[in-house]
Amino acid sequence: MYRLPLGKWVNSGVEWLLNHFGNAFDAFTASVTSVTDSLRSGLGLLPWFVIILIFALLAWRAKGWRLALGTTIGLYIIYNLELWAPFLDTLILVLIASLVSLIIGIPLGILAARGDRFHKILSPGLDFMQTMPSFVYLIPALMFFSLGTVSAVFATVIFSMPPVIRLTDLGIRQVPADLVEVGEAFGSSPSQMLFKIQLPLALPTIMAGINQTMMLSLSMVVISAMIGAQGLGAGVLESIAQMDIGKGFEYGLAVVILAMILDRLSQGVVRNSRATLKKS
Amino acid sequence: MGVKIEVKNLVKIFSSQPQKALHLLSEGLSKDQILEETGLTIGVNNVSFSVNEGEVFVVMGLSGSGKSTILRCLNRLIEPSSGSVIIDGVDITKLKANDLRQVRQKKMAMVFQQFALLPHRTVLQNTVYGLEVHGVSKAEREKKALERLAMVGLEGYEHAYPDELSGGMKQRVGLARALTNDPDILLMDEAFSALDPLIREEMQDELLNLQQKMNKTIVFITHDLNEALKIGDRIAFIRDGSLVQVGTPEEIIRDPADDYVAKFARGVDRSKILTLRDVMKRPHPVVQLRDGPHVALQVMKEHGISSVFVVDRAKHLQGLITADLALEARKGGIASLREVKLIEVPVHQETVLVQDIFTIIAESKTPLAVIDEEQRLIGIIIRGSVLAALADIGGDPKDVSTTIGQVG
Repeated sequence: MYRLPLGKWVNSGVEWLLNHFGNAFDAFTASVTSVTDSLRSGLGLLPWFVIILIFALLAWRAKGWRLALGTTIGLYIIYNLELWAPFLDTLILVLIASLVSLIIGIPLGILAARGDRFHKILSPGLDFMQTMPSFVYLIPALMFFSLGTVSAVFATVIFSMPPVIRLTDLGIRQVPADLVEVGEAFGSSPSQMLFKIQLPLALPTIMAGINQTMMLSLSMVVISAMIGAQGLGAGVLESIAQMDIGKGFEYGLAVVILAMILDRLSQGVVRNSRATLKKS
Repeated sequence: MGVKIEVKNLVKIFSSQPQKALHLLSEGLSKDQILEETGLTIGVNNVSFSVNEGEVFVVMGLSGSGKSTILRCLNRLIEPSSGSVIIDGVDITKLKANDLRQVRQKKMAMVFQQFALLPHRTVLQNTVYGLEVHGVSKAEREKKALERLAMVGLEGYEHAYPDELSGGMKQRVGLARALTNDPDILLMDEAFSALDPLIREEMQDELLNLQQKMNKTIVFITHDLNEALKIGDRIAFIRDGSLVQVGTPEEIIRDPADDYVAKFARGVDRSKILTLRDVMKRPHPVVQLRDGPHVALQVMKEHGISSVFVVDRAKHLQGLITADLALEARKGGIASLREVKLIEVPVHQETVLVQDIFTIIAESKTPLAVIDEEQRLIGIIIRGSVLAALADIGGDPKDVSTTIGQVG
């Protein structure tokens, strides 16, 4: 029986890319690495309690004093367990990966909402990105961007972008038809329609997408420790290798705390945006 | 009064490929035949009408009749499949996107059935929307918007959000938003249908008030004939996407073009549209001022009545003479009614609505006198004839037109 050489095709495709754009990839890797490095050293300069304070303030603004208190306790536990440096690494990776996902994902979502054809082409792509086991992204990421931060960000972005694209698309499509008609009837240009009517009304849904994208980023950033990403994931990986259950639990707990803080924070923002919209 | 909007052979077929259906339509096939042949629904079927400047033109029909589609073809929220919409001499259907936006910003504004206020904007921010997209400076557009909000009675609510307002207030914002653009044309899509009956009437009155001051051209969609009759200068009836009849409220009620219109007409509260002119009787008999009491008595005796109106040569009403007065005058040997002190009768203009003086009619013991613009007596109102005209609600409208016809 003839076997489709699918794997071979993918391999040669990646090889071809590397042969033709290898230098570009390297330059890209170098520049992104320098950005993340300077970010990390910048954050590293801040004393730990200042960072906790910043988070507590954000939590207080987003949801109130309970979340602020919980955030402070959680972050102090991380500091106390001497996991502060890997925590910062993971945090920076999550923020960068999320940011890149949003910068690419939101415009894609807007395009998908505006064009039915684009929506139809994009949908299976998104399904593919979400259902393909996340480990598979690690291999090409590694080949293109070598070991380290950039390949981690690359793999994370691919894995975590679909929700924000989908929910931006959905949010804009859900804007009531008569409000879109208002925009049309008063002679709005397409960009006025987008920025004055569609995006503000889609904001709560888009924020929900941002929340999901951040959560997926975090989970992938931990996994990408396998391709040399610094941070809490690396610690988890180490403890697996050493069969050190206690150490693994400590690192795992730090991930859980970070996840909860990021989730509650962004949910609080979602709720606030919904409240501005409803304003009652 | 020139023509502001002219709609010619407007067709809307809901399909991205309407050519075949258009062709069949031009060959004279019916809506149903085309549906069978092509599977396409004809939303608007070859509709033509024109709207005059400063006119309130009501498009009336049941839901699904295509009236909202017609309205949306006027500003191309819905793209017509064929035909033309000419506004101030420009065919809207041929405009490029950019020019169309200009027309939408300057010439026409729309008021929506469900108000369609932007929930994330305050009343003021909603009201300025049209000028904002037009690029008018913030100070200027807000000044204009505040003026318009004051006009519709919403001072002090500028910074409220839409969901803090009642339905009536929301629609006032909708109206102010449309007026802030200073459009020549207002497109109102069932603008008051979502409101409570009382609020609806209030808004109708308000619209008529505003219209007196501003003299816009208004195209108003409704399914409520009472509303149509109240605010419309002319009414167009739409059924199944076709134009059935266009006419003034009077014409519609008197002479419905077919059963469809007649069915609507039957449901109307007649006192709201019937004027004295519609229910009055011919002023017969009357006696002349130069006549004497003998003639007056003779006339009363002939017609079996106890009083009669007295007019001068120009038919101006002089008063009423009763049998008693005439007898007295005859005894006194008076030769002409000029010398008799006649009973003064209140007079009413022919254009007064029956409902406005209904209690007067009901309580008056003598017939009421109806006069025209030149103060001439043109009719009398007898209680019985008013009730007969009002009672026609359930009857065949053809009868109404004949009863009313006799009177004129």
